[in-house]
Amino acid sequence: MTRIDVGSVLRHSANLPFSDLVTRPTGAAVRRCIQTELAALSEGDVALLDFSQIGMMDYSCADEVVAKLLIALSGQGSHAGYIVFHGITDAHLEAIEVVLDHHGLALVVQFADGGARLVGAVTDEERSIWETVYAQGSAAADDRTAEPAPNAADRARILESLLQRRLLRHNGVAYAPLGPVQ
Amino acid sequence: MTAVIAVPSSLDDLTFESVLEQLANHPADAKVIVDARHSTFATPYGLTALLTLAQTRGEKAEFLPPENPDTVSYWARAGFFRYAEELFDVRGHVPRPRSSGESDVLLEMTPVTKSDDVHGVVERIQERAASILLNKLHLESRATMGFAMTLSEACQNIVEHAGRGGWVMVQAYNYRKRLGGRFVVVIAVCDAGVGFRSSLESGQRRPLSDRWDDAVALEAAVVNGVSRYGDPGRGQGLKGIRGYVHRWEGKFSVRSGTARIALIPSWEDDVPRRENLAYFPGAQLQITIPEKVSAVA
Repeated sequence: MTRIDVGSVLRHSANLPFSDLVTRPTGAAVRRCIQTELAALSEGDVALLDFSQIGMMDYSCADEVVAKLLIALSGQGSHAGYIVFHGITDAHLEAIEVVLDHHGLALVVQFADGGARLVGAVTDEERSIWETVYAQGSAAADDRTAEPAPNAADRARILESLLQRRLLRHNGVAYAPLGPVQ
Repeated sequence: MTAVIAVPSSLDDLTFESVLEQLANHPADAKVIVDARHSTFATPYGLTALLTLAQTRGEKAEFLPPENPDTVSYWARAGFFRYAEELFDVRGHVPRPRSSGESDVLLEMTPVTKSDDVHGVVERIQERAASILLNKLHLESRATMGFAMTLSEACQNIVEHAGRGGWVMVQAYNYRKRLGGRFVVVIAVCDAGVGFRSSLESGQRRPLSDRWDDAVALEAAVVNGVSRYGDPGRGQGLKGIRGYVHRWEGKFSVRSGTARIALIPSWEDDVPRRENLAYFPGAQLQITIPEKVSAVA
């Protein structure tokens, strides 16, 4: 897993001695640098986007850095890598949740203890199935152990949707979490 | 003939209208004297708006500072004269600002012209704002981050839309007029740029309606999140400000051109929409966050 230190990107891309992600121009500069690093990933690789050194983030920057990055990534289809967000605090979540909701996007946040959480615009069923996959480490479309248990067709549709949104990835024919499993 | 524009004794967002009404009959190239000798109180909005007023004058206006020594000292500490001396012909002696240690001026008058200025404002405000919001307004810690975000977005409105620089100022004070002495923190962000109506017109983002004026433009941008940019991610800044203000039972007002709209909390008896005001270019934002009621009782 490749780690991208967003604090370091901020200092170098925007050439600013600050730790806060604010303003659209700053966000756009940071996103472009991250995209350059992501472009070097091999197909299917996972990048850990580390926000540990970021103080606060405003709505404009969250839109530029987080939302536009996810939108661009989803536009690249199966050739793109995956992103897991790390070091996310309440100071970042307020803005991130607003922009994700605005665009109908979602992302995976991984915590220091290895636990992970889905943040953004997802239904209860999507969240439940995603959490099951994370708990099990892998799941097939016809796995009926998930709770709640929609019919096989619905479950397959939801898993495929989570895959398309780059919230899960393929592991052979099964679906797998993006990061390490607890 | 030189016109004398009397600044009210108490200068805030509402009484500033009397200044604009007096100016309405005098073209920008007419010589005017802005007389603040009898002013004894000014909010951040009043002070920032006075500077933007000076920007709009083709003929440099004279400025008569407050006679009250406490008032003129406060205006100096707030950084008003640092910029007023460039924009007005300031008459008489004004004190040099001295560091007063503990002060409720959270952010003195600060120019905002470019993106880096917003970084500087956010960096400087956070520690002091956290202390005031937690200890004087008795808000939860998450209010602190939202405050910095709100400040950032309000300042970015200048950078992204105004087309010229403006000012921001933040202060905490006892709001005796409305809240019986409860503490408030007030953010004022004023510019004399293109304003909301022209901004939306420049991006061809005027809503499809028969009516088109400053009030409709303000409603489109502030209430409906319309931005001059077609980018679907735009418009979230003002929406975010509205959400933050609503959550903490604050007040948010935006004036532009000849109109003003406001998000009014229960403790305020202002009106949500004012039209046909005296014309003033640019945009003037004010955000007021009050002390939590339950902590006072």
